[in-house]
Amino acid sequence: MNYHPYSKKKHISFSDSMLVLTILFLFIPLFVVTFFSFNSAKGMQWEQASLIWYKTLIFNSPSLWLAFKNSIIIALTSSVSATALGSLAAIGITWYRFKGRSYITTISYLPMVLPEVIIGISMLIFFSAVKIRLGMFTIFAAHTTFNLPFVFMMVQARLDEFDYSTIEAARDLGANERQALFKVVVPAIMPAILSSFLMCTTMSLEDFVITFFVSGPGSGTLPLYVYSMIRYGVSPVINALSFVMILGTMLIAFTFRRFLKTVAASS
Amino acid sequence: MRKALKPAEREKLLGTLYSFPMGIWFTVFFTVPLAIIILYSFMRRGLYGGVEFQFTLDAYKQMINPSFGKVLFRTLWISTFSTILCIFIAIPVGYAMAKSKYQTLLLFLIIIPFWTNSLIRIYAWISILSTEGFLNSVLIRLGLVKEGLHLIYNNGSVILVLVYMYLPFAILPLFTTIDKFDFFLLDAARDLGATKLESIIKVMFPNIKSGLSTAFIFTFIPIFGAYTVPLLVGGKDSTMIGNIIVDQVSKTRNWPLASAFSMILTVASLIGVFWMLASAQKEAAANKPKFTQQAHEQKVKAHHSRRHR
Repeated sequence: MNYHPYSKKKHISFSDSMLVLTILFLFIPLFVVTFFSFNSAKGMQWEQASLIWYKTLIFNSPSLWLAFKNSIIIALTSSVSATALGSLAAIGITWYRFKGRSYITTISYLPMVLPEVIIGISMLIFFSAVKIRLGMFTIFAAHTTFNLPFVFMMVQARLDEFDYSTIEAARDLGANERQALFKVVVPAIMPAILSSFLMCTTMSLEDFVITFFVSGPGSGTLPLYVYSMIRYGVSPVINALSFVMILGTMLIAFTFRRFLKTVAASS
Repeated sequence: MRKALKPAEREKLLGTLYSFPMGIWFTVFFTVPLAIIILYSFMRRGLYGGVEFQFTLDAYKQMINPSFGKVLFRTLWISTFSTILCIFIAIPVGYAMAKSKYQTLLLFLIIIPFWTNSLIRIYAWISILSTEGFLNSVLIRLGLVKEGLHLIYNNGSVILVLVYMYLPFAILPLFTTIDKFDFFLLDAARDLGATKLESIIKVMFPNIKSGLSTAFIFTFIPIFGAYTVPLLVGGKDSTMIGNIIVDQVSKTRNWPLASAFSMILTVASLIGVFWMLASAQKEAAANKPKFTQQAHEQKVKAHHSRRHR
């Protein structure tokens, strides 16, 4: 008897067809903008293939490039600070008992679960209450804040698998705390540190809502620029920009491929 | 070693050194701002924005207003409906992904649109749905309609785009839990005479409850606080609570009212999260605990005491 409940006739199951339809649903909008980024006309009527919008994007959009520069600066600085603070905190929380431990653990999960509008508004009100001018610094602070929980979680998950006795061995062999940290712990959790750094950069480049509240004149990031393009005059340059950004996302996801399951579990 | 600290003291010092930078950061940029919002929601509105430091319940009284009530009600039904839609789509998708041989590829395909800039995705939908958009131009060319249909700037387009944006939030946790599920249990149920659907509902669902509640919360909360989607693809009658908060801050400059609305969102989110945590804990207690925080802490403690001996 070769009976098996799931190896029945070759018809496509409901769940498989849902999967295919969902992936199509997720990709169709991306295909549409990509397709029309190569259209010479302005509207949604196809005229002929052209790279004119890519030319405009590269050579004739100075304010876009300024926004891009701001985005990169903020993404890098906030990712560095979030990765450093979050990784250290994860080490402290995982291995040591001390006063304030449960406060820090609880508070580090909350920014992840509250709606973005709340984080944005509360920071805006806070900055104006303590009279900090909105600009690059406030965006940096906000991005570090919403990135920290992810670093903390990803590094903590990695530390959970790490055997503490390795450190004891290092210390028994005469390593001091700093040597044990940099020569044993950091190399061991490096994959988690790197992937959370990449995750931070992605989220920072992506964020619109929180940045929208805490940005000041001249500190607009790329998503803010895209927003103003959507709101106040759509130009097909945005199609070209979209395709470039989709390619960027694919590149990041590809470098991430080994961690995709961890990412799925942590989000 | 220069200084000989007692082990317990050393542990406290190290834990503090490692964790306090982040603790201080969160206190300054998260706890304090939230506390200010709570405080401001009980203050009197300032003449030119800001607040006057005088205790009042005005902000909460202003919320009891039919026009705000309508928005609150709309936010509730739109977010509930979109979340349920997301979950109904995500269950079979997560199931198919968990059973598939090509998990990494499929995750890649789900994550790419998910990580693509949210405004780009909203813009893509605007260019598809607008009156001179892609869909209408296809329909007109096929001769199905004569004039462009009004597909955008209504509640339907808001729900469609919300589902599009937040579907991965439902798919990923469901995939993760279904992936851990032992599919032989389904075979066993089938052998005992259950139909395929019965075995899935009666055997698999109880085992993926934590995934379901995580998916629900992680989809519902952001949709409940959605701001950009109703702003960009919604009509006059699709404003949600997020839009009201922003309007109160930037246009009307009524900070106490904005704070009071923010309080509602915060409290609702926190209730949801605690419900999720509680249900996850219940499940962890019911199943054999493979790895729990407590067990882990005991392990760490054991390590430490061994060292201190």
